[in-house]
Amino acid sequence: MEVAAAKMIGAGLACIALVGAGIGIGNVFGSYLSGALRNPGAAASQTTNLLLGFALCEATGLFGLVIALIILFT
Amino acid sequence: MAMNPMEQFAIKPIVPLQLPASWGGYDVSFTNQSLLMVLVAIAASLFLTLATSKKSLVPSRAQSMAEMSYEFVINMMQSSTGEDGLRFFPFVFTIFIFVLFSNFFGMIPGSFTVTSQIAVTFSLASLVILTVIVTGFIKHGLGFLKLFVPKAPWYLLILLVPIEVISFFTRPISLSVRLFANMLAGHTMLAVFGGFVVLLGGAGGVLTLLSLAPMALIVAIMLLELLVAFLQAYVFAILTCIYLNEALHLHDNH
Repeated sequence: MEVAAAKMIGAGLACIALVGAGIGIGNVFGSYLSGALRNPGAAASQTTNLLLGFALCEATGLFGLVIALIILFT
Repeated sequence: MAMNPMEQFAIKPIVPLQLPASWGGYDVSFTNQSLLMVLVAIAASLFLTLATSKKSLVPSRAQSMAEMSYEFVINMMQSSTGEDGLRFFPFVFTIFIFVLFSNFFGMIPGSFTVTSQIAVTFSLASLVILTVIVTGFIKHGLGFLKLFVPKAPWYLLILLVPIEVISFFTRPISLSVRLFANMLAGHTMLAVFGGFVVLLGGAGGVLTLLSLAPMALIVAIMLLELLVAFLQAYVFAILTCIYLNEALHLHDNH
């Protein structure tokens, strides 16, 4: 029974990965906004980079989810 | 009753098939996964051929959609791989359209998401990496190995070369897990909130009215998931371009 409990705790701990993803996504959009307010002319051309950065950041948090699933289901 | 949010990813055989034991005895059933992949391939080819069959000067709505997706990918390739990378345009365009259509087919309620299976995404990612390796060796011969040696003093290279090698060989994993985990997480989240609606709706009284709140949330999440579905196809395609660019130009570009 202890192994099952430890698995649950481990899966919960894997969610700490979301801290990094949250910081990252906040940083991406915050930096974009401050850059865009300084130079609004260049803002529109950088939206693809913004979305790329957002997707790459979000994915790191989801790797934590994958770890949680591996812990739970193996 | 509570539903299992993971149930939607279960693979169910439609036409059961088993290889004879002399061929390894593998299960090669035609599953809901295979059916959706066939549907995606048919839908993508039908859309692109039918939409561009008229070739009118003033494009219809369907034709301009097909042309926009074509131009979108070709602009992305020109900016990230340069002109000589355009040889790979059919490859990248096929991957982009396949992932995009699979993601959008998965958004139809009750259907199955092809890209939420790591077997599919890892096959796509290993195809990309194999293409990159083969291209690099054809173009540069053994000089392709210079990809692992950045310009740095020799004492840093002791540290940097292993890092470069590891980062190169974890690319198929990160590329496939990114797409797989995004789809898995998104659809699990939708199923969990759908479970809230069912639970609250069945509770009776004030709680039934309260079930409108998760319902509204589902609509919002659905929009986010549509964005993610497009974004992940885009990210997959542009990372393919970036890796191809490294194989074509090593470190000497930009």
